[in-house]
Amino acid sequence: MFLNQFLLFAALLFCIGVYGVLTRKNGVLILMSIELILNAVNINLVAFGAFNGTIAGQVFALFVIAVAAAEVGVGLAIVLLIYRNRRSIDVSEADLLQG
Amino acid sequence: MSARVLAQEMTNTEEWVASGVFYVIALVALVAAVRMVTTNNVVHAALDLLVVLASVAAVYILLGAEFAAATQLLVYVGAVMVLMLFGVMLTRAQIGAEEDLNHEQRWIGGLVAVVLFAVMAYSLVEAFEDDVLPADRAVQRTQEVSDAIFSTYIVPFEALSLLLLAALIGAVVVARRD
Repeated sequence: MFLNQFLLFAALLFCIGVYGVLTRKNGVLILMSIELILNAVNINLVAFGAFNGTIAGQVFALFVIAVAAAEVGVGLAIVLLIYRNRRSIDVSEADLLQG
Repeated sequence: MSARVLAQEMTNTEEWVASGVFYVIALVALVAAVRMVTTNNVVHAALDLLVVLASVAAVYILLGAEFAAATQLLVYVGAVMVLMLFGVMLTRAQIGAEEDLNHEQRWIGGLVAVVLFAVMAYSLVEAFEDDVLPADRAVQRTQEVSDAIFSTYIVPFEALSLLLLAALIGAVVVARRD
């Protein structure tokens, strides 16, 4: 199997995730798109680990999974707080800092 | 035909089968990902994300990273998806299609994504042309993973456990009603 077929697949997933982050207004959907981006990076790590024959790729993929779990926990807590204060999780309405 | 040539033939066939399986999984994952960022139904988006995460676990198995695949299923498909669905249900009771989930100027996001992919694809193809994964690559055993985590990577591991604790406390503090 080519290394590039994994890397290009991950790049495609990454770009779809970026598109989701840029176009979605719903806070939960933005968090889901971020998960897509993190998964794309993990595929790269594991693919390079298999390519080089080292265990490091897989270990760092596991670290990224743990960090992503922490990120989702805090992110959803923030989204819940925004919802409680504004009755809406439309992030384009949260523009208090916009002059 | 000597045994060695036969073994070589076997590995080639296996590689072709693995490659075919990869393309099927990749297609499923990409279709689900595109549906996820375009659907008008938040619950459908969460279920499409589930398909993507499970496909990524399958890709890990193809790459011989069995522990990462198991963790992907446990953490993402198990825990993160439940959190996401909780988030959907706690913030919006509405089940079904919704209006107004996207910005008006979606084409800018599309343009950014396409340009980003063009740049990445160009540099990846330039850098790794037709490098193949070593045909004799071994499955990376869980024992090796744990040996690495608890010896070489013990410091990042401890930092990570502190981070998880901080995130746990932070999430409770932020989401608490008072």
